[in-house]
Amino acid sequence: MKIPYTTEIREDTGLYNAKAGMWLFLASEAMLFGALFSAYVFLRIGAWEGEWPHGLLNVPIGAFNTLVLITSSLTVAMSWTSLKMGDLQRYRRFQFVTLFCAAAFLGIKGWEYFDKFNHYEIWLKEPVSSQEYPQLAGHFADPDQPVASVIGHIEGIGPFQTLASLQEEGESAVELHPDAFHYRLSARQQAELRKAERPSDPAVSHGADAEHASVRIDLSRIARMSAFVPRHGTFFATYFTLTGLHALHVLGGALMFAFILWPGARMWRDDPERYTNSVEVAGLFWHFVDLVWIFLFPVIYLL
Amino acid sequence: MSSHEPGLIRKYIFSTDHKVIGIQYALTSLAFLFIGLMLMLLMRWQLANPGQPVPIVGGALEGLLGEPAGEGKISADLYNSFGAMHGTIMIFLGVVPLVFGAFANYLVPLQVGAADMAFPKLNMLSYFLYLIGGVIMLVSFFVPGGAAQAGWTSYPPLATIIPTDGQTYWLVAMVFLITSSLLGSINIIVTVMQLRVPGLTWMRLPFFVWSEFVTAFLLLLAFPPMEAGAILQLMDRLAGTSFYMPHGLILSGQPATGLSGGGSPLLWQHLFWFLGHPEVYVLILPAMGIVTEVIANNTRKPIWGYRALVGSALAIGFLSMVVWAHHMYVTGMGTGISMFFQTTTTIISIPSVIIMTCLMLSLWGGAIRFTVPMLFAIAFLPMFGIGGLTGLPLAFTMADVALHDSYYIIGHFHYVVAPGTIFAVFAGIYYWFPKVTGRHMNRGLGYLHFWGSLVCMNLIFFPMLFQGLGGMGRRMSDGGYIYSAAHPSNEGVIGSLSDAVVQLNGVIAWSALALAAFQLPFIYNFFYSAFAGRPVENDNPWQATTLEWQTPTPPPHGNFTQEMFVYREPYAYSLHANEPAGRAPESSATAGEFVDFEAQNQPLGAAVTTEMPANQASIL
Repeated sequence: MKIPYTTEIREDTGLYNAKAGMWLFLASEAMLFGALFSAYVFLRIGAWEGEWPHGLLNVPIGAFNTLVLITSSLTVAMSWTSLKMGDLQRYRRFQFVTLFCAAAFLGIKGWEYFDKFNHYEIWLKEPVSSQEYPQLAGHFADPDQPVASVIGHIEGIGPFQTLASLQEEGESAVELHPDAFHYRLSARQQAELRKAERPSDPAVSHGADAEHASVRIDLSRIARMSAFVPRHGTFFATYFTLTGLHALHVLGGALMFAFILWPGARMWRDDPERYTNSVEVAGLFWHFVDLVWIFLFPVIYLL
Repeated sequence: MSSHEPGLIRKYIFSTDHKVIGIQYALTSLAFLFIGLMLMLLMRWQLANPGQPVPIVGGALEGLLGEPAGEGKISADLYNSFGAMHGTIMIFLGVVPLVFGAFANYLVPLQVGAADMAFPKLNMLSYFLYLIGGVIMLVSFFVPGGAAQAGWTSYPPLATIIPTDGQTYWLVAMVFLITSSLLGSINIIVTVMQLRVPGLTWMRLPFFVWSEFVTAFLLLLAFPPMEAGAILQLMDRLAGTSFYMPHGLILSGQPATGLSGGGSPLLWQHLFWFLGHPEVYVLILPAMGIVTEVIANNTRKPIWGYRALVGSALAIGFLSMVVWAHHMYVTGMGTGISMFFQTTTTIISIPSVIIMTCLMLSLWGGAIRFTVPMLFAIAFLPMFGIGGLTGLPLAFTMADVALHDSYYIIGHFHYVVAPGTIFAVFAGIYYWFPKVTGRHMNRGLGYLHFWGSLVCMNLIFFPMLFQGLGGMGRRMSDGGYIYSAAHPSNEGVIGSLSDAVVQLNGVIAWSALALAAFQLPFIYNFFYSAFAGRPVENDNPWQATTLEWQTPTPPPHGNFTQEMFVYREPYAYSLHANEPAGRAPESSATAGEFVDFEAQNQPLGAAVTTEMPANQASIL
């Protein structure tokens, strides 16, 4: 029994089977990510005024990761071209770069996640003023304006604690090391503060000094607290769900390439055309995943 | 390698042969249909006799499910579980895998003349994903808190805050099922696109293949948004996010704590119904395809309006993607949006009516053979007709506001799915059984099954329409008793449910029991005939034209023993009936044989290869 058009192209459709299948799969993937992007639009339109946070993500790192993915798409295309020209070695070299890029992307993404997990936001029952807590300096863009929430590190409690879980553990207060610098101030304000050279200001120097200037906040004053994890709010929920799902796709694509590159390479001897096709089909998937990121980056990081 | 006979496990369990996988799908989904039927019986008992212990199986129920079924009674929570799981099992584990997994898997490669599906291994994978999803769904009955309780639609915030792990199982199972049907749909589309034999042009495809082709596109494009929705709901349940939890949520009189809020329950409804409505056409299009095949074969004439059928199926496929929010008129999403969906919903009834009209007109002037499959196919027409027509008032916002969430809805969509789709499924089973097993099903038992089911289905679902018009809501675990005039606390209350409306529950319960009883002849017939039924006389016992009948019975691995080439349209029945013998193709009139059809692969004007059974009446 032989199934036709596994490698050769059917005339009226212009496709071999696997390519047709991959295009259809990508159509469904487009619907999947399309639905998630729509959910993002839906939630953001419905968000209360001032509720949607800005500037919580690291734009330069995100931009660099975009570059990494685009590079990998390029090397995938080059590796497929190399195979078409019969040059297995060149294909291998390009695919090593692709896999390196994939690993770099996931590593950077993981570092970004970790950095987010490190920060807690605490919403207070009553807004606090700069007079009461001078340590929270960076939070007050306008010193006369009290703020409803504060951001910082909390040592030794891990990223997934909530007010309820802390109360259950019998804690009465949390020790917050404020870190509003990166999150509450615009780039211009940050630059101005740096220019002012006030290294003793704990909110400015985000380092060893900051730890000394911690704030002790009684749990009874806290309305709600969460690290920068999905439960933090709809923004981080969307961010982690969308980028997490995308990262799984990157991982899947990389595994596919790795499989074709090593255990699947025997096919090159038996059926080089089919082998080349498998790289093309996996490449289609890879370009799609790349494309999703090209939408994700501006939508989540920039808007 | 290829001549090597695979072992039993490779041949019957981990098989990549589309026919074996089709049979696996059929047996599994029929088993799920049966489970769904049993859940329905338990619910009907509870509705007719609220709070009474279930007779006979009450003890077993308590032993199995523990406290929610204490004293053999169905508690309100358990009733909710049964309701949610009846819907889920019937739709996602029963009917869809049956019409798409089983029928499409078995028949589409045969009807397009292919040796197998385009991706046989993927095909096996999609069956096992379906099986895993089904097992997870069943296991959820036994986890703390019991199975999902928020209805088959799983609307949050209710679905999210309900204190049972069953909902999480439900979501995980759905992700498996969605992935399964995704792979299946890719397989079907590629098979139809790429593996059609030479000569089988698009307009020569049997309508069944067209219907499955459109269905596959619906599954491919409509399921992912629901998958996205399920992922978000999983995040809400497991990671504590608030995708569907709005600001200011009040739970049991207390403001919800620990939630960020900012989500929207409407978001789920949009994502769910973006699948949910095309899903209706996933259920009905293959049914129409099956009925078309059976009607063409048993009226012995070409289907009336083949092109109109194909065009309508495509139109339905497209339009079904833009009607979803007509399930959401009462959510307050706004009159402008309601107007849009009201319009599209009204428009989609046009292609549906065209298909029904074509099938009705196909009966006109036919030499109808009242075989068992034909009876089911004929009954499908008015039954689906009732289902479709009762849906029209629901398309209009003004009428829907009154009818929404009432038993009228239940009656309406059950008419579409139960005596509609499931009758078509029975028609298909009786029709293709001889090809799959090489044996006929028993005709007498078939008639018993048909007439019993037809009467009972109507006795079950027609009263529901009246109950709904009488004001009975769809999710009450006591069958509306608490709102009825007979309830002591409602004495003198104007607008309480009339006694007659509540008492119809009794009629429905007895009819449901009878319906279940009338499935016994079918179950017996199915298994008995598979092993000891009357063997088929030849490979084409129904004298059908399409390619699946031009193979050995049952078809071997690889399906066809010779090169296939298609010469003509799918329904070439009685084309030369009115012509003098001399002008008909030579073969049609040789040796006094009566052959009134030309198979798709029969060369133009060449000898007929299929012989007529000696005793023509035996076809009936």
